[in-house]
Formats: sequence, structure tokens, C-alpha cells
Amino acid sequence: MKNITVKINGEEKTLDIEPRLLLVHLIRENLSMTGTHIGCDTSSCGACTVLLDGKSVKSCTVLAVQAHGKEITTIEGIAAPGEMHPLQEGFKENHGLHCGFCTPGMIMRGMELLERNPNPTEDEIRWGISGNLCRCTGYNNIVKAIQYAGAKMRGDELPDTEPEFV
Amino acid sequence: MIPAPFDYSAPGSLEEAISLLKEHGDDAKILAGGHSLIPMMKLRLAEPEHLIDINNIPGLSYVKEEDGKLKIGALTTETELEYSAAAEGRFPIFKDVSKLIADPQVRNLGTIGGNIAHGDAANDHPAVMMALNAEVEITGENGARMVGIDDFFFGFYMTAVQPNEILTGIQFPLPPKGTGNAYHKLERKVGDYATAGVAVQISVDSNNVCTNVGIGLTNVNPKPLRAKRSEDHLKGKVLSPDLIQEAAQMASEDCSPSPDLRGSEEYKRAMVGVLTKRMINKALERAKADY
Repeated sequence: MKNITVKINGEEKTLDIEPRLLLVHLIRENLSMTGTHIGCDTSSCGACTVLLDGKSVKSCTVLAVQAHGKEITTIEGIAAPGEMHPLQEGFKENHGLHCGFCTPGMIMRGMELLERNPNPTEDEIRWGISGNLCRCTGYNNIVKAIQYAGAKMRGDELPDTEPEFV
Repeated sequence: MIPAPFDYSAPGSLEEAISLLKEHGDDAKILAGGHSLIPMMKLRLAEPEHLIDINNIPGLSYVKEEDGKLKIGALTTETELEYSAAAEGRFPIFKDVSKLIADPQVRNLGTIGGNIAHGDAANDHPAVMMALNAEVEITGENGARMVGIDDFFFGFYMTAVQPNEILTGIQFPLPPKGTGNAYHKLERKVGDYATAGVAVQISVDSNNVCTNVGIGLTNVNPKPLRAKRSEDHLKGKVLSPDLIQEAAQMASEDCSPSPDLRGSEEYKRAMVGVLTKRMINKALERAKADY
């Protein structure tokens, strides 16, 4: 067993864990935060994306011990209860989700994408979310959701939110 | 999927890591970004008894020019390489290659050292490093030794790194003015291994004579392959479309691709030819802008 300390969504936690425990299992099972999803379990789909010291990573392919001394941000930690982060609002307003399974991963990836590039082009958004799979939306409304969030975070005029159905 | 049990240590110095390797021998594996090793451990294709995480060792992540060379630390991530001053400057090949390695999240953790030390001909950096004529820095208990990239890959998952050694860096000479480089791989989707990939670095003088060229091929041979005959065909000659076409044809003849879901042997050879020609031309265009 290894003793680790992580800061998750601002709160410090100290736990004894097996070295083979995956970060996604630490989050979902040991820390009971089930907003982070397990999709493919092979670092392909991006449903398990979280921020580790601000960088988006696929938590199914990180060992929990690797997070020792680091800061983890999950979907639960991006807005206060009852409030929405601009990305959450963007997905809601633009019909950026159908079943919702990929959404937490898409949003966590969107966090780093907009942090690095506050005003991305459509092409940059599509490359930026190329490690996240959605099997419902056809992506168009997800791209619009991220554009909306970018505009909101920059304080620009919000784009039209008429959803696109393809 | 959960890996088999293992012991974990995260030493704070290279000396400590090497003494742990010496203690555990073949039972130990080095953990860098973990994006080749952890998937293999989850599938139980790898079951190391000891995992030595080198991420707490300072000084292994850098991209710097020194002594006429570009030096890259083993723990430099693909993302760091993609946004490095070198990639923005004379090595656009790093932007070409990074964009095609897995996806943004994987590139945030995957390292250049791990990509090379994994010893997989399907990985992209081996071909790039052949084109750039790199040397690999391998550190053991008696300090660091340098191994030329052509003597580094022995076969599938087999490299010059011995069980009690760690790949600690890559370096290559800064090329003369009039040098360009480029990489492209044909992939079916984001995150796929290459159907075929080609890396080229070429130097030309003001008379359009090729003064130096390196060409590396991805995933079309049991181990990463240098297109030696193509290079020799170009070196010292005035570059012309016919000459480049002949060099591309040689690369497609000299590789040994295996047929698989990505295509037949014939198709892959044809793609090696197409990509070699395109990458020579793209590198050449960049070389001409480098005066």
C-alpha cells in the first residue's frame, strides 16, 4: 500500500492505496465522485478526462500514485453547486449533449483547450477534442458549445444558439 | 482492466533510479509518461514486479540548444515539444509529428524518451530521429553513453538500453542554413498507428545541390528503417523532380511492410513512395525558406 495526498477540486485528501489503482477508480470509487466516466478503458474515448495540475489527461491511463502531491479537477469542481461554468452553459444552450456520457470528458478537455487558446477556430476546436468520442451528436453542437463558452469567458457577444440537427 | 500487482517507487535522483534497476533487474520497468506501458500492464501484456517512476527526477525535461546541438530531455512531453521554441523555429517537423501522435490528452503525458525507448517501429519518433541523425543518451551506473540512432533499435521492443540503464536524452546536430524537415503519416483515424509514415530532413546549397539528407520510415519494417539507398541517391546531386521520384521509388522497394487491417503490402509500399516524395518536397520547400 502507498500513502498519497491529492488535492481534488480544492479539497485535500490523504489515502492508502494499492499502486495499481488507476486514477479514474480513485476518483469514482475511493472518492465517490462519479461525474468522471469510464468509457473505453483504453485511452481512446476521453470520457475519463480530468485535469491533473491543469493539464487534461485520460484518468484510465494514469496510476493514482502518479497524482500524489498534485491537484485534480473533475467535472464536480468547475462550478459552485447550483451554478454553471460557461462550458456547462454552452453545452446546455447549444444542445451539445444527447445521452451525456461523453460530456464530462468533453468539458474537461474544453477547459484546457480554452485556457491555452481563448479564441479557437472551428478547426482548432475539432483537433482539440480529437481525443474525445461522442456517438450521439455528430460533434457540430459540441463545437458550437465550446465556441459559446469561449465567447462567454472572453466577454464577447454570445453566438446564436440555434442547435444544428444532422 | 486492472494491472497485475506491483511495487512502486518514485526515486528523486538518477543514481537512486539506477540502483533500483540494478537491484530488480528484468523485473523492473521505468515509468515515464506511461502511455505505452500502462495500457500494456492493463492488458497484462506487461507484468513488471517493480515500477520505477522517474517523474520526480529533476532535470530530465528540456529542449535546448547547446554546443551546436539541439538537446531534448527524455521526460519532455509531446505537448512540450509541440510548443517548444525549436518547433516554432527550425524544427517544424516536431509540430508535424506531435499533431499525429495519439491525441491531446495523451500528448500531455506521453514523453519523447518513452516513445523511443519503447522500441516500437510503429511509433513516430524513431523515424523522425533517423531523419535528424540523432544520438541517444543512455545513463547507467558508470554515467552516460551516447548511441547513434542507427545502432539503437535491435528489433521489436528491443533497443540498446540495457536492463540497468535509462534513456535520459536525445540530441542531434543543429543543421546548416538551407535545411528543412517534415513528417507525415497516413492514419485511418486520430490515435491510429501509421499505415505508413515518412520523416525527411534535407539540406540544399544555393545551386539546389543536396548536401545532406536523412529519411526515416515508420511502421513499414520490423524495426524503424532508414531509407539508405534513397538518401545516397539524393546526396551530392542537383535536385530535380525525376531524382526525387527515383528516391521515393527506392524507399518503397526497400521497406518490408506487413499486410494488416491498414492495408496490403503492395498498398503500403505505394504509400511509402507517395509520402517519401511529398515529404522530400515539403522539407525542400522549408529548406529554401531557411536562407
